[in-house]
Amino acid sequence: MYEFKYHRPATVRQAANLLVKNEDAKLIAGGHTLVPVMKQRLASPPHLVDLSHIDGLDTIEMKGRALAIGATAKHADVASSATVREAIPALAELASLIGDPAVRHRGTIGGSLANNDPTADYPAAVLALGATIVTNKRRLKAEEYFQGLFSTALEDDEIITRVMFPLPKKAAYVKFRNQASRYALVGVFVAKRPSDVRVAVTGAGSDGVFRVAAFEEALKKRFSHKVLEGLTVPPDGLNSDLHGSAEYRAHLIGVLARRAVEAATAKD
Amino acid sequence: MAKISMIVNGNPVNANVDPRTLLVQFLRESLRLTGTHVGCDTSQCGACVVHLDGKAVKSCTTLAVMADGHEVRTIEGLAADGAPLHPMQEAFRENHGLQCGFCTPGMIMTAVDLVHRKGHDLSDEMIREELEGNLCRCTGYQNIVASIAAGAKAMAKSDLA
Repeated sequence: MYEFKYHRPATVRQAANLLVKNEDAKLIAGGHTLVPVMKQRLASPPHLVDLSHIDGLDTIEMKGRALAIGATAKHADVASSATVREAIPALAELASLIGDPAVRHRGTIGGSLANNDPTADYPAAVLALGATIVTNKRRLKAEEYFQGLFSTALEDDEIITRVMFPLPKKAAYVKFRNQASRYALVGVFVAKRPSDVRVAVTGAGSDGVFRVAAFEEALKKRFSHKVLEGLTVPPDGLNSDLHGSAEYRAHLIGVLARRAVEAATAKD
Repeated sequence: MAKISMIVNGNPVNANVDPRTLLVQFLRESLRLTGTHVGCDTSQCGACVVHLDGKAVKSCTTLAVMADGHEVRTIEGLAADGAPLHPMQEAFRENHGLQCGFCTPGMIMTAVDLVHRKGHDLSDEMIREELEGNLCRCTGYQNIVASIAAGAKAMAKSDLA
């Protein structure tokens, strides 16, 4: 790991000022992506700004009719939160599938979303549920937030403060894990919302998380796994690597989407 | 350099560290608490698991500066020197839950955290699922699972948490 200067702001405003003042400064919360990357010398930020000691940034609560999860809420907190389990059980389930127990004690929702790893779990939930990313500057809709591999709409001095999830009528997440890394080889989040149905896929797209319009249209007519029989996703634009070919991932998307709808409807 | 202070195994510790020092380096090299091991050094294997504010974390992926102001417990903190072993340690000995022993400190710290979260009556299936962040290359896990199930029960009757 290369040398860096460590900063520990007490407020989001202080953190933002540190980002403005120090070129190429990076935010750190749980550090479970950034520290490994720094150890491999794939990243060498001269300044680290630690968000983990900012009071109130990890709060999980209902705000009006939306579930608000603070940026530094850890995966274990989301997984075990009674508020999340009551409001959107599929989201608690998703958080309980990230990494392993020790990783879940450190990794945060804000960190995962800011990094936008194409195999991370949270992006699928944010896109399928139509969540809003709240930052120190503005509110970003999921569709405008994700901008491809490890890319987001966040500006250099912009900090995620919380994520607002509108409540779906039904939702489920099904993940096919890479057995070694526990990242999603493919993960499908299905949400039946008051106005529409969304199907978001992580792990498969060579450009990151994406929605499957054909599945969504079929499910909007009738929310049953049966309407997905025979529907497929073309392998074009899907990842192909040593863990699985694009064709295999395309196949998994169909299988997991059906399972997710089945799981979502089984909860009635 | 950064000034840090934390409680390690019940004792206050103050130090001046390079910010890039990992928690596991600080524990092993500065405090000479070498019971915590570095296995893969990539947050996969769990040999470095310690408790940070009572929760299992991988100390190879945590900066020492991030533990500043917090409480750390390592395998050395489970039972006092010369005193009877912690029930989870004793269960690993009784059930032969190790061969080479390299992964054992991490296994035991993960197991104790598991009991704190899920209680004393653990199914084999749950134990195996919870152990997904801890690798053992010797045992095939059978005796580790048996050790944790027995240790969890023994912890219910023990004063040691």
